Amino acid sequence: MTTADQRIREQFPLINTNSAIYLDNAATTQKPQCVLDAVNDYYVNHNANPMRGLYDLSMEATAAYEDARSAVCELIGAERPEEIVFTRNASESLNLIAYSYGLHNIKADDEIIVSVAEHHSNFLPWKNVADHTGAKVVYWDCEPDGSFDLNTLHGLINEHTRLIAITQVSNVLGRVNDIRAVSDMAHNAGAIIVCDGSQSVPHMKTDVKELDVDFFVFSGHKMYAPMGIGVLYGRYKLLDKMPPFLYGGEMIESVTKERVTYAEVPHKFEAGTVNAGGAVGLAAAIGFVKDLGYPLIEQREKELTKHTFDAMKEMKYISIIGAERAEDHMGIIAFKVEGVHPHDVTAIFSDEGICVRAGHHCAQPLHKHIGIMSSTRVSFGVYNTFEEADRFLEVLAGIRGRMGIH
Amino acid sequence: MSETFYNEIINEHNLNPYHKHSLEDANFSLEGVNPSCGDDIILNLKVDENGIITDGAYEGDGCAISQASADIMLDLVIGRSKEEALRLADIFMRMIKEGISDEEKEELEEAGILESVSHMPARVKCAVLGWRTLTEMFGEE
Ligand SMILES: Cc1ncc(COP(=O)(O)O)c(C=O)c1O
Repeated sequence: MTTADQRIREQFPLINTNSAIYLDNAATTQKPQCVLDAVNDYYVNHNANPMRGLYDLSMEATAAYEDARSAVCELIGAERPEEIVFTRNASESLNLIAYSYGLHNIKADDEIIVSVAEHHSNFLPWKNVADHTGAKVVYWDCEPDGSFDLNTLHGLINEHTRLIAITQVSNVLGRVNDIRAVSDMAHNAGAIIVCDGSQSVPHMKTDVKELDVDFFVFSGHKMYAPMGIGVLYGRYKLLDKMPPFLYGGEMIESVTKERVTYAEVPHKFEAGTVNAGGAVGLAAAIGFVKDLGYPLIEQREKELTKHTFDAMKEMKYISIIGAERAEDHMGIIAFKVEGVHPHDVTAIFSDEGICVRAGHHCAQPLHKHIGIMSSTRVSFGVYNTFEEADRFLEVLAGIRGRMGIH
Repeated sequence: MSETFYNEIINEHNLNPYHKHSLEDANFSLEGVNPSCGDDIILNLKVDENGIITDGAYEGDGCAISQASADIMLDLVIGRSKEEALRLADIFMRMIKEGISDEEKEELEEAGILESVSHMPARVKCAVLGWRTLTEMFGEE
């Protein structure tokens, strides 16, 4: 373990005290002490119901919450903090867009293009919109190497296309998609683009202006923040015209028996008491990521991925899903062990104290497209080390033998 | 740390299942699935006019535990009456979920080795898939 490894690892209490080798970072990451401290400090020193009171504590709580919004705004390059809506997670953000924008702007005979690699969270809300409106969901299939061919998209876009939903990085393939090109094609067709940044924001610099996306979402918990805080970015002019998603407190300007005036964006979308502690934790996580810096995070994760990927390529009975090159796997490698079901693969890893994920990873259409039921996935975070990767590889190499296959 | 569950018996039933094939003249057939895992079996049984299971087989795809457990189950229930099979399935389920007496465990014969699954909550569904399917199959009558 290098001193750089140590300096990062000692910031994560669970990594320090738990003997498990945690390689399921695409599902959720562990939390650094600075995030835990920030949440603790919020509740110990500043807690009150934000937005509601005129006393000092409530104003402090409001400020902490709004500072977090600004931190997110800066992180992803939004034009103004009002374009950031706090939600519980990426799934809620996507549902908000589908219910509020989708149901009111998409009509019968319209078409919604969804990439086949989407997490169910960026597919089911659109299927629901289609079911309600009579619109059609059109799949954009990927190539065998997990890439998306823009020519194929070109063939799918027509005058009915209203919306394109695509992830920046798939949680199975790990490949970075060319979102800017998709945005340009969507806009040329008069459609909008909804981009899922759940697996990109934790690992690489993202900029919603450069990507030119209309909506962008991610979850805090996959980028070292607490669970229960997520982000929706939307272009101001779109958000401004959208109706509320949930109704309740803090999202109105005035209510009489006859008439309701809704609050301004983003509060219109944040009904009820907000997760201020979570937002403060997210701001601290953003601070953590910025202190390390994306270049360092990317470099560490790329080296680990390459080391692991190249060794797996040498193993005869392992097949990796998606790209042939380590460079096209953003910290994520999903694979099959010939003759062994992914659940058994994962159980053997678990016996050895290694946490990896088995299943369809909430991406069933993708697995079906590739022609498999499920896979095992290893995914790296910034605290993982070469020693951990080697231990993973060692166990992997012995799996068939342990299942009685010789 | 590593209490390896995959012993020879499980591996053998998984790799060389005796009952994994089609059964043309089955008169009972039911599919059992664990949607979250992707385990999927089709259980086929031949039951004669006296209610005796004269033959049985399964087809499908799933983890070693789901497949081996179904194979072991068929070893146990072929040649027995439906009522006996249901009673044994009930003992098996209780073994996994709450625990059973030594006498009961003896009745399960080889299936008793799956007892350790009771300590693996994530695998319980896999182990009981075949048995649950059998119970549903006869329960629906
Ligand atoms: C690409 C992608 N999108 C969306 C999600 C959903 O995230 P959450 O469960 O936090 O809403 C995940 C994570 O599971 C994901 O990997």
